[in-house]
Amino acid sequence: MRFWFFALVLAAPAPLIAQDLGAPVPQDAAVETVEQETGLSGSVTDESDWEDLGIAIASFAADRDVSTPANASGTAALGLDISRVVFNDLKNNGLFKPAGPDALPKPSFAQITAPSWPTWSNRSTEMLVHGYVQARSDGRLTVGCYLYDVALRDELARAGWVVQPRDWRRAAHKCADLVYSRLTGESPFFDSRIAYIAETGPKDNRTKRLAIMDSDGANHRFITTGRSTALTPRYSPDYSKLLYLSYVDGNPRIYVYDIGTGRQTLITENRNPTFAPRWSPDGRWILYSMAEAGNTDIFRVSSQGGPSVRLTNTPGIDIGGSYSPDGTRIVFESDRSGSQQCYVMNADGSNQRRLSFGGSRCATPEWSPRGDQIAFTNASNFNVSVMSPSGGNVRTLTSGWQDEAPTWAPNGRIIQFFRTERGSGKTSLWQVDLTGRNERKLPTPVDASDPAWGPILP
Amino acid sequence: MNTKLVIASLMIGTVGLGACKPKAPDVLPPEPVETTAAVPEYQQPTGPVLGTQEHFVNGVNGLNVIFFDTDRYNIDSEDAVALQTQAQYLQRNTGISVTVEGHADERGTRDYNLALGERRANSAKNYLVSLGVDASRIRTVSYGKERPVALGSNESAWAQNRRAVTVVIN
Repeated sequence: MRFWFFALVLAAPAPLIAQDLGAPVPQDAAVETVEQETGLSGSVTDESDWEDLGIAIASFAADRDVSTPANASGTAALGLDISRVVFNDLKNNGLFKPAGPDALPKPSFAQITAPSWPTWSNRSTEMLVHGYVQARSDGRLTVGCYLYDVALRDELARAGWVVQPRDWRRAAHKCADLVYSRLTGESPFFDSRIAYIAETGPKDNRTKRLAIMDSDGANHRFITTGRSTALTPRYSPDYSKLLYLSYVDGNPRIYVYDIGTGRQTLITENRNPTFAPRWSPDGRWILYSMAEAGNTDIFRVSSQGGPSVRLTNTPGIDIGGSYSPDGTRIVFESDRSGSQQCYVMNADGSNQRRLSFGGSRCATPEWSPRGDQIAFTNASNFNVSVMSPSGGNVRTLTSGWQDEAPTWAPNGRIIQFFRTERGSGKTSLWQVDLTGRNERKLPTPVDASDPAWGPILP
Repeated sequence: MNTKLVIASLMIGTVGLGACKPKAPDVLPPEPVETTAAVPEYQQPTGPVLGTQEHFVNGVNGLNVIFFDTDRYNIDSEDAVALQTQAQYLQRNTGISVTVEGHADERGTRDYNLALGERRANSAKNYLVSLGVDASRIRTVSYGKERPVALGSNESAWAQNRRAVTVVIN
């Protein structure tokens, strides 16, 4: 009898799928970029000094104060909130030391395109950010953003976006991205999202839930209820899906969760445990690792489904994998030499060779979206490090008791990871820039691990 | 009685259990013994009912857990004694199926520890099969570093957490 029940349960996994999911998450509306009126174009006076740049972010003005679903107090209050988001983005990443809207004069709507230069010159600020918010007749909002050089009395950049009221923070992030990109010459990264695992409960009985949030921690949502353990999420490049590991049927398996429909499916119809899911940069392929009789290898499957292709075939644990930005190569982790080391191979699995020879264990390699660096966990002392794609120029960026699982900002200039506290096992998300000097903890509602930073939103 | 109903309710019960976290072993394993120790004489236990974890743990003299060195998954002589005891129990009680749960300590990356736990569970399973236990009676699952039994962050705790635990499926 006992065998028989077991066999029945084994044969019937399908109805169990999706039982650990909460309510579906609403999808984004598009953000439309609009032309901004008037003004000149110019260039930054001295880009090398941007770290110490005095930059003032003034409250965004409303053409008239009207009600909006985005703010209970109307568009004037929304303008102040938008400028605060811009200020916090620029302040929290160690890039600038900006002055925020609560400490500055409030420009009028007319002054947004014609700044009161003496007001700002007298405050010895070098850069000035102005903006406005306007409620449109179709219910959406137009947000404009202007960057000025105060000494030159000149406009450096401007852009405008039309957003649904619930997406107002995205317009603020787009403005912060405009300022950041114009002043540093780097690609934007603020208008992006993070998937991660929210952790609660005691060390020997942790509840682990799949969760998502904006890059600044806002718009936080739990995807799973926590009845079964969820681990290692990855956002699809278009943000429409999440790959993650769930124990929902009692075994560790990788699922694809569709954010629009709220449904999920197994990555492969196979009884073996699957781990460590990854997307290709174009979203067409999924890498996963599968254990067969205890031996783990890396496989590739189309994101549309179909048969899997084996990429590695060695005794031992080959796991993870991260595509180069052009999709031609994959960096991955293997203990075929006896300890965890980082290897690189062509996208079809050919030409596998070892990259790391530093004497430490190399784990969870992640190729920078810029292609110029590979971040990894030094699994001997548990620091997050970077190396060149050929394995040279290794630099250690962090020094927590246990730091692991680096994930890149969309522009490849900042790395997020999670830190575990000795003893308590409490976890938190951190980020560090490539100098290693600017490190900060991210705000999360509960303990947090396994961050996965998605690309810049369109 | 309606057979379909009975099966359905049993399945729901089993499914419910499957979604819960497996119980930690009630009894912590004893300190490792000298490797030269002989395999204990098998004794049919009295007290707990056949089919329960308690019956199994008593039946194998508490040797339902084996331990591994850092990053290792080989069966050493102490592990062999424990697994031989487990195999004897399983050969006497042919209606019993088990899950071998593989675990790792916290000093490893998440993905690797999941794979390592699976490798350890399979080592134990393969050893039991080599002793004559039918492979279809042994399921494996890895919990990686997700379910420690010892909560400290020190060598002693990590040694207790690098383990494979045999659990009766009921």
